[in-house]
Amino acid sequence: MKLFDAIVVGGGLVGAAIGYGLGRAGMQTALVDEGDIAFRASRGNFGLVWVQSKGLGAPHYQRWTRRSADEWPLLAAELFDRTGVAVGHERPGGLHLCLGEAEFAERSARMERMRVESGNFGFKYRMLGHDEVAAMLPGIGPAVTGASFTPYDGHANSLALLHALHRGFVAGGGSYLPNRRVTDAAAATGNFRIGAGGEAIAAPVVVLAAGLGNAELAPVFGLSAPVVPQRGQILVTERAARVMAMPTTTVRQTLEGGIMIGDSQEDVGFDTGQRPDVMAAMARRAVLSFSWLAELQVVRAWAALRVMPPDGVPIYDQSERFPGAFTANCHSGVTLAGAHANVFAAMVAAGALDPMMAPFSARRFDVPAAA
Amino acid sequence: MFRRRPEPGAATVAVVVEGRDVRVPDGASAAAAVLLAGLAAIRDTPVGGAPRAPYCLMGVCFDCLAEIDGIPNRQSCMVTVAPGMRIARQRGRRAVDAE
Repeated sequence: MKLFDAIVVGGGLVGAAIGYGLGRAGMQTALVDEGDIAFRASRGNFGLVWVQSKGLGAPHYQRWTRRSADEWPLLAAELFDRTGVAVGHERPGGLHLCLGEAEFAERSARMERMRVESGNFGFKYRMLGHDEVAAMLPGIGPAVTGASFTPYDGHANSLALLHALHRGFVAGGGSYLPNRRVTDAAAATGNFRIGAGGEAIAAPVVVLAAGLGNAELAPVFGLSAPVVPQRGQILVTERAARVMAMPTTTVRQTLEGGIMIGDSQEDVGFDTGQRPDVMAAMARRAVLSFSWLAELQVVRAWAALRVMPPDGVPIYDQSERFPGAFTANCHSGVTLAGAHANVFAAMVAAGALDPMMAPFSARRFDVPAAA
Repeated sequence: MFRRRPEPGAATVAVVVEGRDVRVPDGASAAAAVLLAGLAAIRDTPVGGAPRAPYCLMGVCFDCLAEIDGIPNRQSCMVTVAPGMRIARQRGRRAVDAE
């Protein structure tokens, strides 16, 4: 049996970022990856590094996502130095477009509540009218009543990020173990065993970052990860000259020029199929937002499954029964890559999560209903 | 799903490829016209600027992108020729009129 300092289960963005951070902290780390039969949320991403809408009613999540966006430039630069892979990160701020007065009023209320909940931490935002938005993003349609803006938002090439994290992990001495679906797992404090792909490995530290697979794996380690799939569909157009100076929540232009449209949240179970009616609704709203989009041809489209906790807020946990076992679960593998690589991994390497992570524990779902 | 290719007939359809007059058989694709014109490339890639010519001829590789009758980024292998069609080189990204 091969022994490591740490085993990370899951080779997507969450697992790769944590594995990369553990390796950088000097731990001999194995990254166990299921293979192309997995749902692979990390290959279906929209690519936002997004802050402005995250953490309503959960200020700890608001701080965490902002912390990650702050870490992003450091991570991107370090990955480029270590791997030569440019992840295309930009942070020009971002807009959430509102169509109609009702959406604008609802967004205004949401953003103000975010600001109030941020307390002394602060939350800078502005609600912009149609003309102000038009000055920032030419070609918005007449249906756009306005937008919310925060300077915290940005975007990146999420496939390049996944590639860079994997290269950086291996370059740092990590052992990438592909095509290994975990078939058995055994927990004992200081001795976690993972059987996958016909071989067994062991380590005193294990991090479960298997996306939707965490739901089944976590209980073995005295943990809980009640995540469910939420489908999102994406459309991508032909490549066009740079026309968008900043991303919006549902439409962004990649560095290479394609326009991505991602605007669906569907509870359909483990179904990665595409639906023409949903694609049409996404395209319709995108064209209402940007009139010029009607001219562009869609050249690719896909669907993927988000890893969604019941309340939409990430779950980070450490096992009380088996210290050394951790979980990380979220639907924002791109946005949170900075925090996972630079903050969360350091906590795991130190042996325990920081007390500030306590509100993210899955124990929040165990509160008994009031009699 | 499958459709028989037309029997190659006489080159009767006159099109213009990058300013050159080319005659191609009825039912041929615009990519075929590009190849018959003997061009070494019909587009430049949008990121690296590398020259490309029709390759897969079945709508997959996007290397035959051309501006056809004023519409940019068309997959010329998927477009059937019509008399007078104008096929021009696709130079990098298409333009967008956002005003």
